[in-house]
Amino acid sequence: MSFVVQSAQKTPSGEVDPYQQTLVAVSVFTTLATLALVSVGGLVTSKGVGMSVPDWPTSYGYNMFLFPPSLWKGGVFDEHVHRLLASFVGLMTFGLASLLQWKSRERLMRRLGWLAFGLVVFQGLLGGLRVVLDRQALLGTTLGTVFGLAHACIGQSFFVLLASITLRLSRPWRGFSKGPSLVGFQWLRWAFPLATALIFLQLVLGASMRHQHAGLAIYDFPMAYGRWWPATDSESLFRYNQLRPDESTVTAAQIYLQMFHRIGAMATLIMVAICGYSGWRAFRDISFLRRACLLWIFVLAIQAALGIATVLYNKPADVATAHVAVGAVSLACGTILSLCAWRLVATSQVRVHQPVRGWPAPRTV
Amino acid sequence: MKNSLVLVSAGIVLAGSLRGAEISGQVVVTGTPPAPKEITAASADVNCGKLRTEPALTRTYVVSKDGGLANVVVYLKSGLSGKTFPAPQDPILIDQKGCMYEPYVSAAMVGQKINIRNSDPVMHNVNAGTPKNNKGFNFSQVTAGQVNPRVFDNPELGIKLICNVHSWMVAYVSVLDNPFFAVTDKDGKFTIKGDLPDGKYTFEAFHQKAGATTQEIEVKGGQATGKFTLEVKQ
Repeated sequence: MSFVVQSAQKTPSGEVDPYQQTLVAVSVFTTLATLALVSVGGLVTSKGVGMSVPDWPTSYGYNMFLFPPSLWKGGVFDEHVHRLLASFVGLMTFGLASLLQWKSRERLMRRLGWLAFGLVVFQGLLGGLRVVLDRQALLGTTLGTVFGLAHACIGQSFFVLLASITLRLSRPWRGFSKGPSLVGFQWLRWAFPLATALIFLQLVLGASMRHQHAGLAIYDFPMAYGRWWPATDSESLFRYNQLRPDESTVTAAQIYLQMFHRIGAMATLIMVAICGYSGWRAFRDISFLRRACLLWIFVLAIQAALGIATVLYNKPADVATAHVAVGAVSLACGTILSLCAWRLVATSQVRVHQPVRGWPAPRTV
Repeated sequence: MKNSLVLVSAGIVLAGSLRGAEISGQVVVTGTPPAPKEITAASADVNCGKLRTEPALTRTYVVSKDGGLANVVVYLKSGLSGKTFPAPQDPILIDQKGCMYEPYVSAAMVGQKINIRNSDPVMHNVNAGTPKNNKGFNFSQVTAGQVNPRVFDNPELGIKLICNVHSWMVAYVSVLDNPFFAVTDKDGKFTIKGDLPDGKYTFEAFHQKAGATTQEIEVKGGQATGKFTLEVKQ
C-alpha cells in the first residue's frame, strides 16, 4: 500500500496539498483498520464466541465503552474487541466520508464515501441483530446464522469498497489517464472481475461453513471421508457422525457445501494463476500492477494452503482466521486489478483487433 | 361384602406392584469409538488452566474395559400410555467446574427444575442454543456460586448446552415425560427406580453420538434387568 501514501496532490503553486494528504492517510488507515476488523470478526466466528456477550448494544448491561476490563476474558475479550474496533472503524469511515465530501471534486468519490458510511452503519446493525435474534428460527436455520452470514459477506464488501476508494485516491490511479493500454490483453477487463467474483463466491461459501460451524464437515484432505466424493445417504451420515471426534453433527448439506468450496478453490486458483500471469505480461510498463498480479497469485497460493491446514489441523482458530483475512486481501487484489484494467481500457482509445473466443465481443472504447 | 373383598384384594395387589420397581442393567458399545482426547484449549486458557488439576478430556465416548458406555440416557419410551406424572420436586444440578460442565449428560423430567451453577471464579455463559421442542436461553454467570434455575416444558432428547466464552464446554440434558430414566455411569451401568407396575415396557438407550436402541423389558415383582448394545460402525 506504500504507493498510496505518496499520492498527495499538488496545489497549483506546486506544494503538496495537506488536506489531500490527510485524505489519503485516513483512507489507508481506515482500510487497514477494516482488515483488522474483518480478521477479528473471523476469529470470533472461528472460536464460536459470537454469543459470549449475549446482549447488544449493551455488553452485559453495561454501556459498551464502559464495560469493565475485568470481564474481558475468554471469548468475551474477542467479541468485545470486535465491537470496539467496529465502533472505531465506523467513526473513521464517517471521518473519511466527511473529508471526501469536503475535499473531493468528484461527485462519485463523495458518494462512495457516504455509501461506505451507510454500509458500515448497516453492518453494525446486522452484527447487533445477529446477537439479539440469535435463536429465532427461520427456514430450518436461525436468524443468528442468516444475519451472521450476511454480516460476514457485507464485511468483506465494505473492506473492498474502502480499498477501492483508497485506490482511486492514489497516484497510480491518476497516472493511468496517460498510461499504456491493454493491447492484446483486453480480455483481462472481464477475466479479472470474473476471478474476483469467484473469490467472493468462495468467501460466501466459506462464511456459510463458518457460521454453521461446519468448517470440519469433512475432516480429511484431499479425500473426503476416504473417497473423492463422499456418500451422503443417511447410513453414511450416521456413521460419519458416530466417528466424529468433536461434539458437532454434520448434515449432507454441510458436506456438499465444503465439497463445493473445495472445487471452487481449485477453479479460483487456476483462474487467478491465469489472470495474474497474463496481467504480469500485459502490464509491461506499470510496475505497480505487475507486482499486484504476482502478489495476487502468491496470496491465493497462501489462501489455498491455509484452507488445507484448516482441515488437516482440526480448524485451529488462528489458521481459520488467517484464512478469512487472506481471503479478504485476495478479494481486494482482484477488485483493484479489475478497476485498473477497466481504467486502462477506458483511457486507452484502442480498438481491439484480436477477440478471444468465449469472451464478450470487443468494442471500441 | 364379596365385592368389597375383591376391591380390597385388587388394591393390595396394585399397591404391591407399585411399591418401588427397580430396573437395572448396562449399556455396552461395540466397534472402536474414538478415544478421548485432551482438550488443549482448556489447559491453555489463562483463567481456566489455573483451575484444572488434570487435563480436560473429550467425553463423547467414555468406555469401560468391558465395553460399558457412560453418558447414555436410558428411559421408558412407551408402555405407560395415557398416564401423566408430576415433575419431581427436587431439582437436578448442572455445574460448571474447572471450565467443564458437570455432569456432561443429565436428564430431567418435563417441568423439573434444573439448577445451573457456576462454581468457577471465571465468567461463563450458558447457551441452550436452539432446542427443537423447547425455548432456548442464553445467560451469563459472572460470579462464582451463582445459580440460575431453568425448566424445559416439553420432552426432548439431548438439548445441547454450550459456553461461548469457553467454546469447548458442552453438556447435554434430556427432558422426559415420565420419571423412569437414568444416565449410565462410567461402567455403562444404570438403575431406574420408581413406582412402575409390573408389565412389559419399551425402554430406549440414547447416546448423543452412538445413537439409540430400544428394548422391551418385562418388570416382574418390581424387578427387571436390561442390556443394551450400541454399535459404532467403521
